[in-house]
Amino acid sequence: MKKNKWASKLFVFLVLLFNYLPIFVVVIYSFNASKYGNWAGFSLEWYEKLFKNAQILRSLKNSLFLAVSSCALSILIGTAGAVGMAKSRFRTQNLLENVSMIPMMLPEIILGMAYLSFFSIARIPFGMITLIIAHTTFCVPYIFINVQSRLTGLDPAYVEAARDLGASQTRAFYDVTLPLITPAIVSGALLSFAMSMDDVVISFFVTGTTSNTLPLQVYSMLKMGVTPEVNALCTIMLAVVFGAIGLFYLLGSLRKKAR
Amino acid sequence: MRARKEKNARHISPTVWLLYVWTVLFVALPLVYVVAITFLKKGDVWGITDQFTLENYQNLLSPVYAKVFLDSFLVAILTTALTLLIGYPFAYFTAKFSPRVRAFIVLLLMAPFWINSLLRLNGWIILLKANGAVNMALQGMGLIEEPVKFLYNNGAMMLGMVYALLPFMITSIYNSVEKLDWPVVEAARDLGASPAKAFLTVTVPLTVPGIVAGCVLVFVPSMGLFFISDLLGGAKTLLLGNLIKNELMQARNWPMGAALSIAMLLFTTAFIFLYKKVTGSKNLGGLM
Repeated sequence: MKKNKWASKLFVFLVLLFNYLPIFVVVIYSFNASKYGNWAGFSLEWYEKLFKNAQILRSLKNSLFLAVSSCALSILIGTAGAVGMAKSRFRTQNLLENVSMIPMMLPEIILGMAYLSFFSIARIPFGMITLIIAHTTFCVPYIFINVQSRLTGLDPAYVEAARDLGASQTRAFYDVTLPLITPAIVSGALLSFAMSMDDVVISFFVTGTTSNTLPLQVYSMLKMGVTPEVNALCTIMLAVVFGAIGLFYLLGSLRKKAR
Repeated sequence: MRARKEKNARHISPTVWLLYVWTVLFVALPLVYVVAITFLKKGDVWGITDQFTLENYQNLLSPVYAKVFLDSFLVAILTTALTLLIGYPFAYFTAKFSPRVRAFIVLLLMAPFWINSLLRLNGWIILLKANGAVNMALQGMGLIEEPVKFLYNNGAMMLGMVYALLPFMITSIYNSVEKLDWPVVEAARDLGASPAKAFLTVTVPLTVPGIVAGCVLVFVPSMGLFFISDLLGGAKTLLLGNLIKNELMQARNWPMGAALSIAMLLFTTAFIFLYKKVTGSKNLGGLM
């Protein structure tokens, strides 16, 4: 039994190592003075080059703008939809629910190809608008599902009590329902944000000439070959992510202590 | 709105309209359009004409396309099997740790998700390329004279696939294992089942929902991830995703790209359906 425990710990460790190995390598090489495989000493050259690389910076700005706008739009559509669906009864309800979930099940490339041909024929010019439409569409299901499962677990007595005490329907929603479903909205939104920042396949088909996103920029740079600036960018993102996680944990433990 | 509500029991809450309109406009219409253009002839330069044809579907049967289908299917199956083989023990062991350790491991597993997957794949390229870290190390140790070609082959592509999709498999199975009713497993042990038998006849069947969810989450995208085959596999094996991309962007043959997409869709749907049927019967032989 003891031996098993040891083996299972080793296995978990090795898989996590597999997960982080390429990331460690990128971090180390981001400080490498040489462009190529050999180690030529510590250098911050690539960070300097990164901050001077207008293309990367513009694509980062595009990606952030895209992720924030499609996140906001999908929160609006997904939350309003889930809340409304819970209160509605209509003939096409099941159909609507199933069709609106399709983007989550579909291989990304099919949605990408559908949009490429659809936007062309609808004469919507490719660019930020088409990107926002596409990203919003694949984010809505994540918000919708999260909010919906939270709503079904909710005791209707809360809203009824508020209504009995004289709150209007709108007031009951903002004061009672919304605070209760906020955690579901937040977790759906975090996932949507990450998916939007990471999407290559769908963006590849619907982007325009001036709206390159970060993943597309990185894709074209990797196809060209040696790209030390990309390593520097990855290291910065890693620092931001772990910084945010650390901050989150710190705030959590501080709050616990305050209690 | 209110008038309609009072007329009969059916009513649509006004907040649904946003979702309704969006879904019809940007989900249903584009997909119907894709199905429609598979029956049309391609335009001279790009786009489509209004002539009806079944040519695109006949082309699907040609040996060139059939080979791509077969290759993609093998890659997808292999990716699913490998991620399951690594992911199941990982999720299982993780669920047995104390809650604090568990939360930490899940956090470590999910954190890289926030960094673009291409940036992470770049780490593998640095490691594996001819003048990359692994070759340097091996040469430094005197184990090899010439650099080994690790990159731009099917092995590297499979590595990238497993690397990119493993977290999806793990989180699905983990959700299932974490909710497992451990007393049931203990009961099997108390009744004399060996650990292996208790695992195979009790634990695994109880976690089938997680296994199915994980397999679907890995299998479906693995056919379309053209950038992994491009960057790590050197596009040696043409996958369905690469083919669709080429038909659209290079050959500019939309109807053919659409027909391939529809075939892919039917293919994955059939596989998921079959897979659910097989595993639903609690027959272990059905697991890959």
